Amino acid sequence: MNLSVQNVDLLMPEFIMAIGSMALLMLGVFRGDQSQRLVANLAIVLMLSAGGWIVLNIGDGRLSVFGSAYQIDDFARFMKILVLFSAAIVLIMSQSYVERRGMGQFEFPVLVAFAVLGMMLMISASDFLTLYMGLELQSLALYVLAAFRRDSLRSTEAGLKYFVLGALSSGIMLYGISLIYGFSGSTAFSAVAAAAVGDGLSLGLIFGLVFLTAGLAFKISAVPFHMWTPDVYEGAPTPITAFFAVSPKVAALALFVRTMISAFPDATEEWGQIIVFISILSMVLGSVAAIGQNNIKRLMAYSSIGHMGFALVGLAAGTEAGVKGVLIYLAIYAVTNIGVFVCILSMRRGEEMVEKISDLAGIARLRPGFAFALAMLMFSLAGIPPLAGFFAKWYVFLAAIQAGLYPLAVIGVVASVVGAYYYLRIVKIMYFEEVGVALESKMELRLAAILTASTAFTVLFIAFAWLVETPAEAAAASLFL
Amino acid sequence: MGWPILSLITFVPSLGALAILAIRGYGSAENIRQIALGVTLITFVLSVFLVLKFDGSTANFQFVEDIAWLGGGIDYRMGVDGISVLFVLLTAVLMPFCILASWTSITERVAEYMIAFLVLETLMIGVFCALDLVLFYIFFEGGLIPMFLIIGVWGGQGRVYASFKFFLYTLLGSVLMLLAIMAIYWETQTTDITQLLSGDHSLPAYMQPWLWFAFFASFAVKVPMWPVHTWLPDAHVEAPTAGSVILAGVLLKMGGYGFLRFSLPMFPVASADFAQLVFVMSLIAIVYTSLVALAQEDFKKLIAYASVAHMGLVTLGIFTFNHQGIEGGIFQMLSHGIVSGALFLCVGVVYDRMHTRLITDYGGLVNRMPIYAVCFMVFTMANVGLPGTSGFVGEFLTLLGAFQVNTWLAIIGTTGVVLSAAYALWLYRRVIFGTLEKANLQSILDLNAREKFTLFPLVVLTIVLGVYPKLVFDITSASVAHLVEFHEAGLQRALLEPGSIAEVLP
Repeated sequence: MNLSVQNVDLLMPEFIMAIGSMALLMLGVFRGDQSQRLVANLAIVLMLSAGGWIVLNIGDGRLSVFGSAYQIDDFARFMKILVLFSAAIVLIMSQSYVERRGMGQFEFPVLVAFAVLGMMLMISASDFLTLYMGLELQSLALYVLAAFRRDSLRSTEAGLKYFVLGALSSGIMLYGISLIYGFSGSTAFSAVAAAAVGDGLSLGLIFGLVFLTAGLAFKISAVPFHMWTPDVYEGAPTPITAFFAVSPKVAALALFVRTMISAFPDATEEWGQIIVFISILSMVLGSVAAIGQNNIKRLMAYSSIGHMGFALVGLAAGTEAGVKGVLIYLAIYAVTNIGVFVCILSMRRGEEMVEKISDLAGIARLRPGFAFALAMLMFSLAGIPPLAGFFAKWYVFLAAIQAGLYPLAVIGVVASVVGAYYYLRIVKIMYFEEVGVALESKMELRLAAILTASTAFTVLFIAFAWLVETPAEAAAASLFL
Repeated sequence: MGWPILSLITFVPSLGALAILAIRGYGSAENIRQIALGVTLITFVLSVFLVLKFDGSTANFQFVEDIAWLGGGIDYRMGVDGISVLFVLLTAVLMPFCILASWTSITERVAEYMIAFLVLETLMIGVFCALDLVLFYIFFEGGLIPMFLIIGVWGGQGRVYASFKFFLYTLLGSVLMLLAIMAIYWETQTTDITQLLSGDHSLPAYMQPWLWFAFFASFAVKVPMWPVHTWLPDAHVEAPTAGSVILAGVLLKMGGYGFLRFSLPMFPVASADFAQLVFVMSLIAIVYTSLVALAQEDFKKLIAYASVAHMGLVTLGIFTFNHQGIEGGIFQMLSHGIVSGALFLCVGVVYDRMHTRLITDYGGLVNRMPIYAVCFMVFTMANVGLPGTSGFVGEFLTLLGAFQVNTWLAIIGTTGVVLSAAYALWLYRRVIFGTLEKANLQSILDLNAREKFTLFPLVVLTIVLGVYPKLVFDITSASVAHLVEFHEAGLQRALLEPGSIAEVLP
């Protein structure tokens, strides 16, 4: 235990989130539901200050605490910044929806804050016990969030589905962890890594690895463990879907990367096969299955499945360049998805939210700015240069080519062409079609601001790529020390 | 050169687009058109200046710019040589005509239209100036977005189908090139085109076929070569007039330019190995699409198929690997850029009046539109390859080059010239000559001032280039000579490489 006073400041973000969330819970309990807005604002402040703290302390070195169960390094910082800021932005953009839709319970921001705390644990976990704790803290909060509109049939269904399948996957993963513990004698990543040196992985460790990967793949909704995603995305209230689409994905993938690289550094060949397999399946299914969707939230669910597949291409390479690719991919994915969900949140007729893709028909005539922003985000998701999404794909495929994974790369880029079709379809509906029943044309100021920022990032990334690329490079390097 | 003139030429149109965006809410459509025209004229003047300053006696890259960009050796690099500089000029020449051609035919969403065109101009010029593979790819692919919107928003009846087909076809071709670029990066540790073309970084012979095919997939779709040409007629027919002009005039040339810039010098072994394949595809394109053109009822579709046939001649010339063939290919591309662009403008002129593209809806136009008939005749003759027009020079040199490789190649290639005379002259007869029978044509008007201003300069250009092609060759010949030498040297190097055939043979 080397938790000395001078190290405490490195753990400060976690302390801020842990103590802050509990304080918010107390505040909510004592003041009741009328405190929703206050609690939400405070939760935002909490996340921004924790995130700000990390930003200010970038490059402060590495620290391993609690008997090397918890690792703080540049990789963790990069991911935590993404998680904290994206969660804060999602809270900012969901405020008016929450108030309008009668989701005004104070538990919403508190649950988000706890989920974020769980994600921070996941990102820094370097022991299977920490990993599981973080994962469950996050998941339990997310199950409740999915079912947050308890009077809505679809929302409760989504929550239940998510819970049952999530619990199953946690069980599978625990089983894998127990096998790993049994065959390596430890739950610490470093000890597991050491146990595999020499003759390579024992059969038991390989079994454990497979179960573990299956559990993790569920969390990032990679095929063949993706079935819950479309239903949960569609059923959950839109702001919560937005949250699901970004922060948990980032955290789970960070966990995935760290576990594979730190706990099984000499078994790249073994887990690489699994990753290649699920990556290909995810990319192909994400692209093909999205074509027939009419609900934009469901479409984004398939899109996220596909994007996880693309991000996994970087992990499949198992190299530093690959991890760097994953980091850049996640950063761009997070910003782009936030932009898209802002658009979805502002799709309404009067008081009624609409989520059919055909509701966007001809919107380019009425709201050129909105249509332009969404079109740019769609082209970016499709990976067309010069937008940000192209660079995301560039870095992961660059790593895959370096690692000699040519079939994976070829299937991946072909899948991205197939995927381009449904992104283009949205552009087509907005630009090429005649106006149907018009959507509400007013957009809240804060939504507009977030959308503008997200679009600007997407379009201008080409000129300021180093802002993401340099920290991502440092973060990837920190994982391979 | 203190001024980064290439970046200036590339990005001035984008600045214009931003200006239009800024005044969108206040300015009238007329203002927006004027700004767009002004910006394209500025770009044109700058590129004329560029060509005048260009030193044609050397094959080196000139006006080079190099700014750190993505890290890891991937920089923002710009520069032109004798092969690319004229394509920059071609793009800049055609753009003002495109704006003029859209002056009255585009009345809806004018600001968006002009922005799309100006952004497209930036991306097109960027393709020809980029000296970094990644930068090249970005410009090359980025052009899909504005063109997709141009076809889809302002196109004809089947515009949705055509725009999707255009986008997905081209994208599928290009993504493989992207992977090849990555492979080159890891093999040579650089994406700097000047270094890759310096001979220090020759790619191993076993990689070349794969890389060549990946690049070929992209360029063959773009050119387009038979059998991946089917997107072109659809895109041409549905695009608005100016879109067709740009498509035929510039976008197709990116494919040919790609062969010259990358395939020949960087993969000399694979290029030599697969030249037969290219020849076969080119000959099929020349003969088959010419015959298809003969059967067309649609004005624009006929010219689109003619484009495929003419581009077949270009690829034929390029892969002869000799000076005449390559120079002919370049000249043919420039000439075709002007002539087919002009032909689409001619179609646009009558389409704006009659709103039909069916050839049978016209006839006897010479009676009402003599000036139009003359302009159209010049371009038709250039399309046929009549001596004295620019079309002749390119075709002649290409066939000369092909003749050196194989007599049959030249003979079959020449049938394309004969067939082009058949469809072009027949088209001309059906549209222009005969008696003016159709009732709705009785009151058709001849060219107005704007249309004269659009077509006359192109007539002059077609004839000047046909009579005095040295204007082009002064600029291109040093670079072409270097390219031919470099390609030869690459082949020699590969023979000396360990594990190559030369080592196995006694």
